[in-house]
Amino acid sequence: MSGKTKAKRPGPGMRRRNLRRNTLPALAQAGPVSVWMIVFVTLPTLFIIYISFMSRGVFGDVVYEFSLESYQTLLDATYFKVILKSLRVAVFTTMACLVIGYPFAYYIARKPREQASRLIMLIMIPFWTNSLMRLNSWLLLFQTSGPVNNFLQWAGLTDSPITFIYTDGLVALGMVTNMLPFAVLPLYSTIEKLEKSLLEASSDLGASPAKTFMRITLPLTFPGIFSAIILTFIPALGIYTVSDILGGGKVLYIGNIIKNQFGQIRNWPLGAALSVLLLAITALLIFIYTRFAKLEDMEVV
Amino acid sequence: MNHLTKVQRKRRALRVLGDVYAVLIYTVLYIPVAVMMIFSFNNQRYNYYWNGFTTQWYEKLFNNSAIIDSLWYSVIIAVLSTVISVVVGTLGALGLKRYEFRGKKLVNSMLYIPIIVPEIVLAVALLIIFMTFGFSLGMGSILIGHCTFCIPYAVVTIKGRISGDGNSLEEASMDLGANRMQTFFRVTLPSIMPGVMSAAFLAFTLSIDDVVMSNMLAGAKNSTLPVLILSMNKSGITPDVNALTTLMILAIVAAMLLSGGVKALLARRAKRLEAE
Repeated sequence: MSGKTKAKRPGPGMRRRNLRRNTLPALAQAGPVSVWMIVFVTLPTLFIIYISFMSRGVFGDVVYEFSLESYQTLLDATYFKVILKSLRVAVFTTMACLVIGYPFAYYIARKPREQASRLIMLIMIPFWTNSLMRLNSWLLLFQTSGPVNNFLQWAGLTDSPITFIYTDGLVALGMVTNMLPFAVLPLYSTIEKLEKSLLEASSDLGASPAKTFMRITLPLTFPGIFSAIILTFIPALGIYTVSDILGGGKVLYIGNIIKNQFGQIRNWPLGAALSVLLLAITALLIFIYTRFAKLEDMEVV
Repeated sequence: MNHLTKVQRKRRALRVLGDVYAVLIYTVLYIPVAVMMIFSFNNQRYNYYWNGFTTQWYEKLFNNSAIIDSLWYSVIIAVLSTVISVVVGTLGALGLKRYEFRGKKLVNSMLYIPIIVPEIVLAVALLIIFMTFGFSLGMGSILIGHCTFCIPYAVVTIKGRISGDGNSLEEASMDLGANRMQTFFRVTLPSIMPGVMSAAFLAFTLSIDDVVMSNMLAGAKNSTLPVLILSMNKSGITPDVNALTTLMILAIVAAMLLSGGVKALLARRAKRLEAE
Protein backbone atom coordinates (compact mmCIF):
# COMPACT_ATOMS: atom_id res chain seq x y z
CA MET A 1 0.00 0.00 0.00
CA SER A 2 2.41 2.64 1.15
CA GLY A 3 5.12 0.79 -0.74
CA LYS A 4 3.32 1.54 -4.00
CA THR A 5 3.29 5.25 -3.42
CA LYS A 6 6.83 5.25 -2.16
CA ALA A 7 8.10 3.86 -5.46
CA LYS A 8 7.32 7.08 -7.34
CA ARG A 9 8.69 10.30 -5.99
CA PRO A 10 5.60 11.87 -4.45
CA GLY A 11 4.67 15.36 -5.63
CA PRO A 12 2.68 17.65 -3.35
CA GLY A 13 -0.66 16.40 -4.71
CA MET A 14 0.44 12.83 -4.31
CA ARG A 15 1.56 13.50 -0.79
CA ARG A 16 -1.80 14.95 0.15
CA ARG A 17 -3.53 11.98 -1.44
CA ASN A 18 -1.26 9.63 0.46
CA LEU A 19 -2.11 11.46 3.66
CA ARG A 20 -5.83 10.98 3.03
CA ARG A 21 -5.58 7.43 1.76
CA ASN A 22 -3.01 5.98 4.09
CA THR A 23 -1.67 8.15 6.88
CA LEU A 24 -4.95 9.31 8.39
CA PRO A 25 -6.68 5.88 8.43
CA ALA A 26 -3.52 4.27 9.76
CA LEU A 27 -3.37 6.85 12.51
CA ALA A 28 -7.06 6.48 13.34
CA GLN A 29 -6.83 2.69 13.51
CA ALA A 30 -3.44 1.96 15.00
CA GLY A 31 -3.26 5.20 16.96
CA PRO A 32 -5.44 4.42 20.00
CA VAL A 33 -3.87 1.04 20.68
CA SER A 34 -0.35 2.45 20.28
CA VAL A 35 -1.03 5.35 22.62
CA TRP A 36 -2.67 3.04 25.18
CA MET A 37 0.27 0.65 25.14
CA ILE A 38 2.83 3.44 25.46
CA VAL A 39 1.01 5.28 28.26
CA PHE A 40 -0.24 2.34 30.32
CA VAL A 41 2.31 -0.39 29.60
CA THR A 42 5.67 0.96 28.48
CA LEU A 43 5.84 4.08 30.66
CA PRO A 44 4.73 2.29 33.87
CA THR A 45 7.19 -0.51 33.15
CA LEU A 46 10.05 1.94 32.69
CA PHE A 47 8.95 3.86 35.76
CA ILE A 48 8.94 0.75 37.95
CA ILE A 49 12.51 0.01 36.87
CA TYR A 50 13.40 3.59 37.85
CA ILE A 51 11.68 3.28 41.25
CA SER A 52 13.53 0.05 42.00
CA PHE A 53 16.78 2.05 42.06
CA MET A 54 15.42 4.63 44.49
CA SER A 55 15.47 4.34 48.28
CA ARG A 56 12.79 4.06 50.90
CA GLY A 57 12.03 6.90 53.27
CA VAL A 58 11.35 6.53 56.98
CA PHE A 59 7.59 6.69 56.53
CA GLY A 60 7.48 4.27 53.65
CA ASP A 61 7.67 7.00 51.05
CA VAL A 62 9.97 6.90 48.04
CA VAL A 63 13.09 9.01 48.35
CA TYR A 64 14.36 9.91 44.90
CA GLU A 65 18.01 9.13 45.46
CA PHE A 66 19.86 6.47 43.58
CA SER A 67 20.56 3.36 45.63
CA LEU A 68 21.00 -0.36 45.19
CA GLU A 69 19.53 -0.96 48.63
CA SER A 70 16.48 -2.85 47.34
CA TYR A 71 18.53 -5.20 45.23
CA GLN A 72 20.83 -5.88 48.16
CA THR A 73 17.78 -6.65 50.30
CA LEU A 74 16.76 -9.29 47.75
CA LEU A 75 19.97 -11.13 48.57
CA ASP A 76 19.09 -11.23 52.29
CA ALA A 77 18.46 -14.74 53.49
CA THR A 78 14.72 -14.23 54.11
CA TYR A 79 13.95 -12.80 50.67
CA PHE A 80 16.40 -14.97 48.82
CA LYS A 81 14.75 -18.05 50.32
CA VAL A 82 11.34 -16.87 49.09
CA ILE A 83 12.73 -16.26 45.61
CA LEU A 84 14.28 -19.75 45.50
CA LYS A 85 11.09 -21.30 46.82
CA SER A 86 9.00 -19.49 44.21
CA LEU A 87 11.33 -20.60 41.45
CA ARG A 88 11.13 -24.19 42.71
CA VAL A 89 7.33 -24.19 42.78
CA ALA A 90 7.15 -22.56 39.35
CA VAL A 91 9.56 -25.15 37.91
CA PHE A 92 7.57 -27.97 39.50
CA THR A 93 4.27 -26.54 38.18
CA THR A 94 5.71 -26.15 34.69
CA MET A 95 7.16 -29.68 34.62
CA ALA A 96 3.93 -31.19 35.94
CA CYS A 97 1.85 -29.27 33.39
CA LEU A 98 4.12 -30.43 30.55
CA VAL A 99 4.20 -34.06 31.64
CA ILE A 100 0.45 -34.21 32.26
CA GLY A 101 -0.49 -31.87 29.42
CA TYR A 102 1.56 -33.30 26.54
CA PRO A 103 -0.16 -36.71 26.32
CA PHE A 104 -3.49 -35.00 26.88
CA ALA A 105 -2.84 -32.51 24.05
CA TYR A 106 -1.65 -35.40 21.87
CA TYR A 107 -4.85 -37.30 22.61
CA ILE A 108 -7.00 -34.31 21.60
CA ALA A 109 -4.91 -33.51 18.51
CA ARG A 110 -5.46 -37.04 17.17
CA LYS A 111 -9.26 -36.62 17.23
CA PRO A 112 -11.17 -35.30 14.19
CA ARG A 113 -11.25 -31.49 13.96
CA GLU A 114 -14.83 -31.04 15.12
CA GLN A 115 -14.46 -33.32 18.11
CA ALA A 116 -11.10 -31.79 19.04
CA SER A 117 -12.49 -28.26 19.17
CA ARG A 118 -15.29 -29.52 21.36
CA LEU A 119 -12.79 -31.17 23.72
CA ILE A 120 -10.81 -27.90 23.86
CA MET A 121 -14.01 -26.03 24.70
CA LEU A 122 -14.59 -28.54 27.49
CA ILE A 123 -11.21 -27.56 28.98
CA MET A 124 -12.08 -23.87 28.89
CA ILE A 125 -15.52 -24.01 30.56
CA PRO A 126 -14.28 -24.59 34.15
CA PHE A 127 -12.01 -21.56 33.74
CA TRP A 128 -14.95 -19.24 33.28
CA THR A 129 -15.91 -19.89 36.89
CA ASN A 130 -14.43 -17.54 39.42
CA SER A 131 -10.83 -18.67 39.96
CA LEU A 132 -10.89 -17.97 43.71
CA MET A 133 -13.99 -20.12 44.16
CA ARG A 134 -12.35 -22.98 42.26
CA LEU A 135 -9.39 -22.73 44.62
CA ASN A 136 -11.73 -22.53 47.59
CA SER A 137 -13.27 -25.82 46.46
CA TRP A 138 -9.95 -27.60 46.98
CA LEU A 139 -9.93 -26.14 50.48
CA LEU A 140 -13.46 -27.43 51.14
CA LEU A 141 -12.51 -30.88 49.88
CA PHE A 142 -9.30 -31.19 51.83
CA GLN A 143 -10.15 -29.39 55.09
CA THR A 144 -9.99 -31.23 58.40
CA SER A 145 -13.66 -32.23 58.43
CA GLY A 146 -13.93 -32.31 54.65
CA PRO A 147 -14.88 -35.19 52.35
CA VAL A 148 -11.32 -36.38 51.68
CA ASN A 149 -10.44 -36.70 55.36
CA ASN A 150 -13.82 -38.29 56.09
CA PHE A 151 -13.22 -40.85 53.38
CA LEU A 152 -9.71 -41.64 54.57
CA GLN A 153 -10.96 -42.19 58.11
CA TRP A 154 -13.96 -44.19 56.96
CA ALA A 155 -11.71 -46.42 54.87
CA GLY A 156 -9.47 -46.88 57.89
CA LEU A 157 -6.44 -45.41 56.11
CA THR A 158 -5.85 -42.95 58.90
CA ASP A 159 -6.98 -42.61 62.51
CA SER A 160 -6.95 -38.84 62.84
CA PRO A 161 -7.55 -36.26 60.10
CA ILE A 162 -4.54 -35.33 58.02
CA THR A 163 -3.66 -31.64 57.67
CA PHE A 164 -3.73 -30.94 53.95
CA ILE A 165 -4.75 -27.31 53.97
CA TYR A 166 -2.24 -24.48 54.17
CA THR A 167 0.55 -26.78 53.04
CA ASP A 168 2.91 -26.48 50.10
CA GLY A 169 1.45 -29.68 48.68
CA LEU A 170 -2.07 -28.28 48.35
CA VAL A 171 -0.67 -25.04 46.90
CA ALA A 172 1.15 -27.13 44.30
CA LEU A 173 -2.08 -28.96 43.44
CA GLY A 174 -3.85 -25.62 43.03
CA MET A 175 -1.02 -24.31 40.84
CA VAL A 176 -1.03 -27.29 38.50
CA THR A 177 -4.81 -27.43 38.08
CA ASN A 178 -4.85 -23.67 37.51
CA MET A 179 -2.08 -23.63 34.89
CA LEU A 180 -2.78 -26.85 32.98
CA PRO A 181 -4.90 -25.29 30.18
CA PHE A 182 -2.18 -22.74 29.42
CA ALA A 183 0.14 -25.65 28.70
CA VAL A 184 -2.39 -27.80 26.84
CA LEU A 185 -3.55 -25.15 24.35
CA PRO A 186 -0.16 -24.29 22.79
CA LEU A 187 0.87 -27.97 22.88
CA TYR A 188 -2.35 -28.96 21.12
CA SER A 189 -1.92 -26.44 18.35
CA THR A 190 1.63 -27.54 17.48
CA ILE A 191 0.87 -31.25 17.71
CA GLU A 192 -2.18 -30.71 15.51
CA LYS A 193 -0.03 -29.08 12.82
CA LEU A 194 2.37 -32.04 12.82
CA GLU A 195 2.55 -33.80 9.43
CA LYS A 196 1.26 -37.31 9.89
CA SER A 197 3.22 -38.45 6.81
CA LEU A 198 6.49 -37.75 8.64
CA LEU A 199 5.53 -40.09 11.46
CA GLU A 200 4.45 -42.75 8.98
CA ALA A 201 7.69 -42.37 7.04
CA SER A 202 9.67 -42.76 10.21
CA SER A 203 7.89 -45.94 11.22
CA ASP A 204 8.03 -47.28 7.63
CA LEU A 205 11.78 -46.84 7.73
CA GLY A 206 11.86 -49.06 10.77
CA ALA A 207 11.95 -46.64 13.71
CA SER A 208 10.23 -47.80 16.86
CA PRO A 209 7.40 -45.60 18.19
CA ALA A 210 9.67 -44.40 20.99
CA LYS A 211 12.38 -43.45 18.50
CA THR A 212 9.87 -41.72 16.21
CA PHE A 213 8.64 -39.72 19.18
CA MET A 214 12.11 -38.71 20.32
CA ARG A 215 13.51 -37.93 16.86
CA ILE A 216 10.47 -36.51 15.02
CA THR A 217 7.54 -35.57 17.24
CA LEU A 218 9.43 -33.97 20.09
CA PRO A 219 11.75 -31.74 18.00
CA LEU A 220 8.94 -30.63 15.69
CA THR A 221 6.65 -29.69 18.57
CA PHE A 222 9.40 -27.92 20.47
CA PRO A 223 8.09 -24.39 19.78
CA GLY A 224 4.79 -25.44 21.35
CA ILE A 225 6.60 -26.94 24.32
CA PHE A 226 8.54 -23.73 24.85
CA SER A 227 5.39 -21.58 24.60
CA ALA A 228 3.80 -23.89 27.15
CA ILE A 229 6.82 -23.38 29.41
CA ILE A 230 6.57 -19.58 29.10
CA LEU A 231 2.80 -19.52 29.59
CA THR A 232 2.91 -21.64 32.74
CA PHE A 233 6.26 -20.77 34.31
CA ILE A 234 5.94 -16.98 34.24
CA PRO A 235 2.40 -16.73 35.65
CA ALA A 236 3.24 -19.41 38.24
CA LEU A 237 6.17 -17.28 39.37
CA GLY A 238 4.04 -14.18 39.93
CA ILE A 239 0.68 -15.52 41.07
CA TYR A 240 -0.32 -14.88 44.68
CA THR A 241 -3.96 -15.92 44.82
CA VAL A 242 -3.20 -19.64 44.94
CA SER A 243 -0.84 -19.29 47.89
CA ASP A 244 -3.21 -16.79 49.55
CA ILE A 245 -6.21 -19.13 49.41
CA LEU A 246 -4.62 -22.58 49.71
CA GLY A 247 -1.60 -21.48 51.74
CA GLY A 248 -3.68 -19.38 54.14
CA GLY A 249 -1.01 -16.69 54.42
CA LYS A 250 1.53 -19.20 55.70
CA VAL A 251 2.93 -19.94 52.25
CA LEU A 252 4.63 -16.88 50.73
CA TYR A 253 5.89 -16.52 47.18
CA ILE A 254 7.33 -13.59 45.20
CA GLY A 255 3.82 -12.41 44.25
CA ASN A 256 2.73 -12.23 47.90
CA ILE A 257 5.87 -10.30 48.84
CA ILE A 258 5.38 -7.79 46.02
CA LYS A 259 1.75 -7.29 46.98
CA ASN A 260 2.67 -6.74 50.62
CA GLN A 261 5.23 -4.03 49.74
CA PHE A 262 2.38 -2.00 48.31
CA GLY A 263 0.07 -2.72 51.23
CA GLN A 264 0.82 -2.35 54.91
CA ILE A 265 4.60 -2.77 54.70
CA ARG A 266 4.97 0.07 52.19
CA ASN A 267 8.35 -0.46 50.65
CA TRP A 268 7.82 0.46 47.03
CA PRO A 269 11.49 0.25 45.91
CA LEU A 270 11.71 -3.31 47.26
CA GLY A 271 8.43 -4.30 45.57
CA ALA A 272 9.68 -2.64 42.40
CA ALA A 273 12.98 -4.52 42.56
CA LEU A 274 11.14 -7.85 42.89
CA SER A 275 8.94 -6.85 39.95
CA VAL A 276 12.05 -6.04 37.93
CA LEU A 277 13.36 -9.50 38.78
CA LEU A 278 10.19 -11.02 37.32
CA LEU A 279 10.48 -8.75 34.28
CA ALA A 280 14.09 -9.84 33.74
CA ILE A 281 13.20 -13.54 33.93
CA THR A 282 10.32 -12.96 31.49
CA ALA A 283 12.54 -11.04 29.10
CA LEU A 284 15.17 -13.77 29.18
CA LEU A 285 12.66 -16.51 28.33
CA ILE A 286 11.08 -14.42 25.57
CA PHE A 287 14.54 -13.67 24.15
CA ILE A 288 15.30 -17.41 23.98
CA TYR A 289 11.90 -18.06 22.40
CA THR A 290 12.39 -15.48 19.66
CA ARG A 291 15.66 -17.18 18.66
CA PHE A 292 13.73 -20.07 17.11
CA ALA A 293 10.12 -18.91 16.76
CA LYS A 294 8.09 -15.79 16.17
CA LEU A 295 6.38 -14.11 19.11
CA GLU A 296 3.26 -13.68 16.97
CA ASP A 297 3.00 -17.45 16.53
CA MET A 298 2.76 -18.05 20.25
CA GLU A 299 -0.71 -19.36 21.01
CA VAL A 300 -1.71 -17.12 23.86
CA VAL A 301 -5.47 -17.15 23.53
CA MET B 1 -2.32 -62.82 10.77
CA ASN B 2 -1.57 -63.40 14.37
CA HIS B 3 0.91 -60.53 14.27
CA LEU B 4 -1.71 -58.18 12.84
CA THR B 5 -4.22 -58.88 15.58
CA LYS B 6 -1.48 -58.33 18.08
CA VAL B 7 -0.84 -54.85 16.66
CA GLN B 8 -4.55 -54.18 16.55
CA ARG B 9 -4.96 -55.30 20.13
CA LYS B 10 -2.11 -53.02 21.16
CA ARG B 11 -3.69 -50.09 19.31
CA ARG B 12 -7.02 -50.67 20.98
CA ALA B 13 -5.41 -50.91 24.40
CA LEU B 14 -3.65 -47.60 23.74
CA ARG B 15 -6.90 -45.99 22.65
CA VAL B 16 -8.70 -47.15 25.80
CA LEU B 17 -5.77 -45.93 27.88
CA GLY B 18 -6.02 -42.53 26.19
CA ASP B 19 -9.74 -42.31 26.88
CA VAL B 20 -9.25 -43.19 30.54
CA TYR B 21 -6.48 -40.62 30.84
CA ALA B 22 -8.61 -37.88 29.28
CA VAL B 23 -11.59 -38.67 31.50
CA LEU B 24 -9.30 -38.51 34.52
CA ILE B 25 -8.01 -35.05 33.58
CA TYR B 26 -11.46 -33.69 32.82
CA THR B 27 -12.59 -35.02 36.20
CA VAL B 28 -9.82 -33.13 37.98
CA LEU B 29 -10.66 -29.95 36.02
CA TYR B 30 -14.37 -30.21 36.82
CA ILE B 31 -14.09 -31.28 40.49
CA PRO B 32 -13.63 -27.71 41.77
CA VAL B 33 -16.64 -26.49 39.78
CA ALA B 34 -18.80 -29.36 41.03
CA VAL B 35 -17.71 -28.85 44.64
CA MET B 36 -18.41 -25.13 44.36
CA MET B 37 -21.94 -25.89 43.15
CA ILE B 38 -22.64 -28.61 45.70
CA PHE B 39 -21.54 -26.46 48.63
CA SER B 40 -23.92 -23.69 47.54
CA PHE B 41 -26.66 -25.99 48.86
CA ASN B 42 -24.94 -26.59 52.20
CA ASN B 43 -27.06 -25.88 55.26
CA GLN B 44 -24.38 -24.11 57.30
CA ARG B 45 -23.35 -20.50 57.90
CA TYR B 46 -19.74 -21.25 56.95
CA ASN B 47 -18.70 -24.15 54.75
CA TYR B 48 -16.92 -26.51 57.17
CA TYR B 49 -18.52 -29.80 56.29
CA TRP B 50 -21.66 -31.02 54.55
CA ASN B 51 -24.59 -30.29 56.85
CA GLY B 52 -27.66 -31.12 54.79
CA PHE B 53 -29.41 -29.70 51.76
CA THR B 54 -30.93 -26.22 51.60
CA THR B 55 -31.74 -23.66 48.93
CA GLN B 56 -31.85 -20.80 51.43
CA TRP B 57 -28.60 -19.21 50.17
CA TYR B 58 -30.13 -18.55 46.78
CA GLU B 59 -32.84 -16.49 48.48
CA LYS B 60 -30.62 -14.83 51.09
CA LEU B 61 -28.08 -13.94 48.44
CA PHE B 62 -30.28 -11.16 47.12
CA ASN B 63 -30.55 -9.62 50.59
CA ASN B 64 -26.80 -9.54 51.08
CA SER B 65 -26.21 -6.04 49.79
CA ALA B 66 -22.40 -6.19 50.04
CA ILE B 67 -22.22 -9.12 47.65
CA ILE B 68 -24.83 -7.76 45.25
CA ASP B 69 -23.20 -4.30 45.23
CA SER B 70 -19.81 -5.75 44.40
CA LEU B 71 -21.39 -7.91 41.70
CA TRP B 72 -22.87 -4.83 39.99
CA TYR B 73 -19.56 -3.01 40.37
CA SER B 74 -17.83 -5.96 38.66
CA VAL B 75 -20.44 -6.21 35.92
CA ILE B 76 -20.30 -2.48 35.11
CA ILE B 77 -16.51 -2.58 34.95
CA ALA B 78 -16.57 -5.75 32.84
CA VAL B 79 -19.08 -4.29 30.35
CA LEU B 80 -17.19 -1.00 30.04
CA SER B 81 -13.80 -2.63 29.64
CA THR B 82 -15.27 -5.05 27.08
CA VAL B 83 -16.65 -2.17 25.01
CA ILE B 84 -13.47 -0.10 25.23
CA SER B 85 -11.10 -2.96 24.52
CA VAL B 86 -13.19 -4.32 21.63
CA VAL B 87 -13.37 -0.88 19.95
CA VAL B 88 -9.68 -0.10 20.48
CA GLY B 89 -8.74 -3.71 19.73
CA THR B 90 -10.72 -3.95 16.47
CA LEU B 91 -9.30 -0.71 15.12
CA GLY B 92 -5.84 -1.68 16.33
CA ALA B 93 -5.95 -5.12 14.76
CA LEU B 94 -7.01 -3.63 11.40
CA GLY B 95 -4.41 -0.88 11.59
CA LEU B 96 -1.57 -3.20 12.59
CA LYS B 97 -2.48 -5.74 9.91
CA ARG B 98 -3.05 -3.37 6.98
CA TYR B 99 -0.70 -0.47 7.29
CA GLU B 100 3.04 -0.18 7.45
CA PHE B 101 4.37 2.53 9.70
CA ARG B 102 7.40 3.29 11.77
CA GLY B 103 7.23 1.74 15.25
CA LYS B 104 4.76 -0.94 14.17
CA LYS B 105 7.06 -3.70 15.30
CA LEU B 106 7.47 -1.98 18.64
CA VAL B 107 3.69 -1.72 19.17
CA ASN B 108 3.35 -5.39 18.21
CA SER B 109 5.88 -6.39 20.87
CA MET B 110 4.40 -4.07 23.48
CA LEU B 111 1.11 -5.93 23.10
CA TYR B 112 2.75 -9.06 24.46
CA ILE B 113 3.92 -7.42 27.68
CA PRO B 114 0.50 -7.52 29.43
CA ILE B 115 -0.15 -11.02 28.05
CA ILE B 116 3.08 -12.60 29.24
CA VAL B 117 4.45 -10.55 32.15
CA PRO B 118 2.92 -11.59 35.52
CA GLU B 119 -0.16 -9.50 36.19
CA ILE B 120 1.08 -8.33 39.59
CA VAL B 121 3.99 -6.51 37.92
CA LEU B 122 1.71 -4.53 35.63
CA ALA B 123 -0.72 -3.84 38.46
CA VAL B 124 2.03 -2.50 40.69
CA ALA B 125 3.51 -0.46 37.83
CA LEU B 126 0.12 1.15 37.15
CA LEU B 127 -0.41 1.77 40.87
CA ILE B 128 2.93 3.60 41.14
CA ILE B 129 2.08 5.74 38.09
CA PHE B 130 -1.40 6.60 39.41
CA MET B 131 -0.18 7.43 42.90
CA THR B 132 2.82 9.44 41.68
CA PHE B 133 0.72 11.55 39.34
CA GLY B 134 -2.15 12.00 41.79
CA PHE B 135 -4.76 9.97 39.90
CA SER B 136 -7.27 8.85 42.53
CA LEU B 137 -8.04 5.15 42.75
CA GLY B 138 -11.53 3.85 42.04
CA MET B 139 -13.57 2.64 39.12
CA GLY B 140 -11.48 4.64 36.65
CA SER B 141 -8.18 3.09 37.71
CA ILE B 142 -9.61 -0.45 37.73
CA LEU B 143 -11.11 0.16 34.30
CA ILE B 144 -7.76 1.32 32.90
CA GLY B 145 -6.06 -1.70 34.46
CA HIS B 146 -8.56 -4.15 32.96
CA CYS B 147 -8.43 -2.53 29.53
CA THR B 148 -4.66 -2.69 29.62
CA PHE B 149 -4.71 -6.50 29.61
CA CYS B 150 -7.97 -6.90 27.63
CA ILE B 151 -6.89 -4.76 24.65
CA PRO B 152 -3.85 -6.92 23.76
CA TYR B 153 -5.95 -10.10 23.94
CA ALA B 154 -8.59 -8.42 21.75
CA VAL B 155 -6.00 -7.33 19.18
CA VAL B 156 -4.39 -10.78 19.03
CA THR B 157 -7.77 -12.55 18.77
CA ILE B 158 -9.11 -10.26 16.04
CA LYS B 159 -5.84 -10.09 14.09
CA GLY B 160 -5.97 -13.85 13.74
CA ARG B 161 -9.34 -13.56 11.97
CA ILE B 162 -8.37 -10.88 9.43
CA SER B 163 -7.67 -12.54 6.12
CA GLY B 164 -4.25 -12.02 4.68
CA ASP B 165 -5.48 -11.24 1.14
CA GLY B 166 -5.36 -7.49 1.58
CA ASN B 167 -8.31 -5.16 1.33
CA SER B 168 -9.59 -5.87 -2.18
CA LEU B 169 -13.20 -6.10 -0.97
CA GLU B 170 -12.94 -2.73 0.73
CA GLU B 171 -11.34 -1.19 -2.34
CA ALA B 172 -14.19 -2.56 -4.44
CA SER B 173 -16.71 -1.08 -2.02
CA MET B 174 -15.03 2.33 -2.16
CA ASP B 175 -14.74 2.20 -5.96
CA LEU B 176 -18.48 1.56 -6.08
CA GLY B 177 -19.05 4.82 -4.21
CA ALA B 178 -19.33 3.82 -0.55
CA ASN B 179 -17.53 6.12 1.84
CA ARG B 180 -15.08 4.99 4.50
CA MET B 181 -17.73 4.65 7.22
CA GLN B 182 -20.14 2.67 5.04
CA THR B 183 -17.31 0.44 3.93
CA PHE B 184 -16.25 -0.21 7.50
CA PHE B 185 -19.72 -1.10 8.79
CA ARG B 186 -20.98 -2.94 5.69
CA VAL B 187 -17.86 -4.76 4.50
CA THR B 188 -14.99 -4.81 6.98
CA LEU B 189 -16.85 -5.36 10.25
CA PRO B 190 -19.07 -8.25 9.05
CA SER B 191 -16.02 -10.07 7.71
CA ILE B 192 -14.21 -9.97 11.07
CA MET B 193 -17.33 -10.32 13.25
CA PRO B 194 -16.50 -13.82 14.59
CA GLY B 195 -13.14 -12.52 15.82
CA VAL B 196 -14.76 -9.46 17.37
CA MET B 197 -17.31 -11.62 19.17
CA SER B 198 -14.73 -13.96 20.65
CA ALA B 199 -12.61 -10.97 21.66
CA ALA B 200 -15.61 -9.50 23.47
CA PHE B 201 -16.31 -12.77 25.24
CA LEU B 202 -12.66 -13.12 26.25
CA ALA B 203 -12.46 -9.53 27.51
CA PHE B 204 -15.63 -9.90 29.55
CA THR B 205 -14.55 -13.15 31.22
CA LEU B 206 -11.03 -11.81 31.90
CA SER B 207 -12.39 -8.64 33.47
CA ILE B 208 -15.13 -10.15 35.58
CA ASP B 209 -12.77 -12.78 37.06
CA ASP B 210 -9.82 -10.47 37.63
CA VAL B 211 -8.42 -10.29 41.16
CA VAL B 212 -4.86 -9.00 40.95
CA MET B 213 -5.40 -5.79 39.01
CA SER B 214 -8.65 -4.90 40.82
CA ASN B 215 -7.18 -5.61 44.25
CA MET B 216 -4.19 -3.34 43.59
CA LEU B 217 -6.07 -0.51 41.90
CA ALA B 218 -9.31 -0.43 43.93
CA GLY B 219 -10.24 2.64 45.92
CA ALA B 220 -11.22 2.47 49.56
CA LYS B 221 -14.97 2.50 48.93
CA ASN B 222 -16.05 -0.13 46.45
CA SER B 223 -14.61 -3.50 45.55
CA THR B 224 -15.26 -5.94 42.74
CA LEU B 225 -16.70 -9.36 43.53
CA PRO B 226 -13.37 -11.24 43.24
CA VAL B 227 -11.70 -8.73 45.57
CA LEU B 228 -14.53 -9.16 48.07
CA ILE B 229 -14.13 -12.95 47.87
CA LEU B 230 -10.39 -12.63 48.45
CA SER B 231 -11.01 -10.52 51.54
CA MET B 232 -13.57 -13.04 52.82
CA ASN B 233 -10.97 -15.77 52.53
CA LYS B 234 -9.54 -15.12 55.99
CA SER B 235 -12.85 -15.67 57.78
CA GLY B 236 -14.13 -18.28 55.36
CA ILE B 237 -16.13 -17.91 52.18
CA THR B 238 -19.85 -18.23 52.89
CA PRO B 239 -22.22 -20.49 50.90
CA ASP B 240 -24.14 -17.53 49.46
CA VAL B 241 -21.02 -16.65 47.46
CA ASN B 242 -21.04 -20.23 46.17
CA ALA B 243 -24.64 -19.69 45.15
CA LEU B 244 -23.82 -16.47 43.31
CA THR B 245 -20.83 -17.87 41.42
CA THR B 246 -22.88 -20.95 40.53
CA LEU B 247 -25.54 -18.70 38.97
CA MET B 248 -22.79 -16.74 37.18
CA ILE B 249 -21.15 -19.75 35.53
CA LEU B 250 -24.57 -21.05 34.49
CA ALA B 251 -25.34 -17.65 32.92
CA ILE B 252 -22.01 -17.57 31.08
CA VAL B 253 -22.43 -21.11 29.72
CA ALA B 254 -26.03 -20.33 28.72
CA ALA B 255 -24.87 -17.20 26.89
CA MET B 256 -22.20 -19.30 25.13
CA LEU B 257 -24.69 -21.93 24.02
CA LEU B 258 -27.18 -19.27 22.93
CA SER B 259 -24.61 -17.41 20.82
CA GLY B 260 -23.52 -20.75 19.33
CA GLY B 261 -27.14 -21.52 18.49
CA VAL B 262 -27.70 -18.09 16.92
CA LYS B 263 -24.52 -18.48 14.90
CA ALA B 264 -25.64 -21.87 13.59
CA LEU B 265 -29.07 -20.47 12.76
CA LEU B 266 -27.58 -17.53 10.85
CA ALA B 267 -25.23 -19.84 8.97
CA ARG B 268 -28.15 -22.06 7.94
CA ARG B 269 -30.16 -19.04 6.85
CA ALA B 270 -27.27 -17.70 4.81
CA LYS B 271 -26.90 -21.06 3.11
CA ARG B 272 -30.60 -21.14 2.26
CA LEU B 273 -30.46 -17.63 0.83
CA GLU B 274 -27.48 -18.62 -1.25
CA ALA B 275 -29.35 -21.64 -2.59
CA GLU B 276 -32.21 -19.41 -3.71
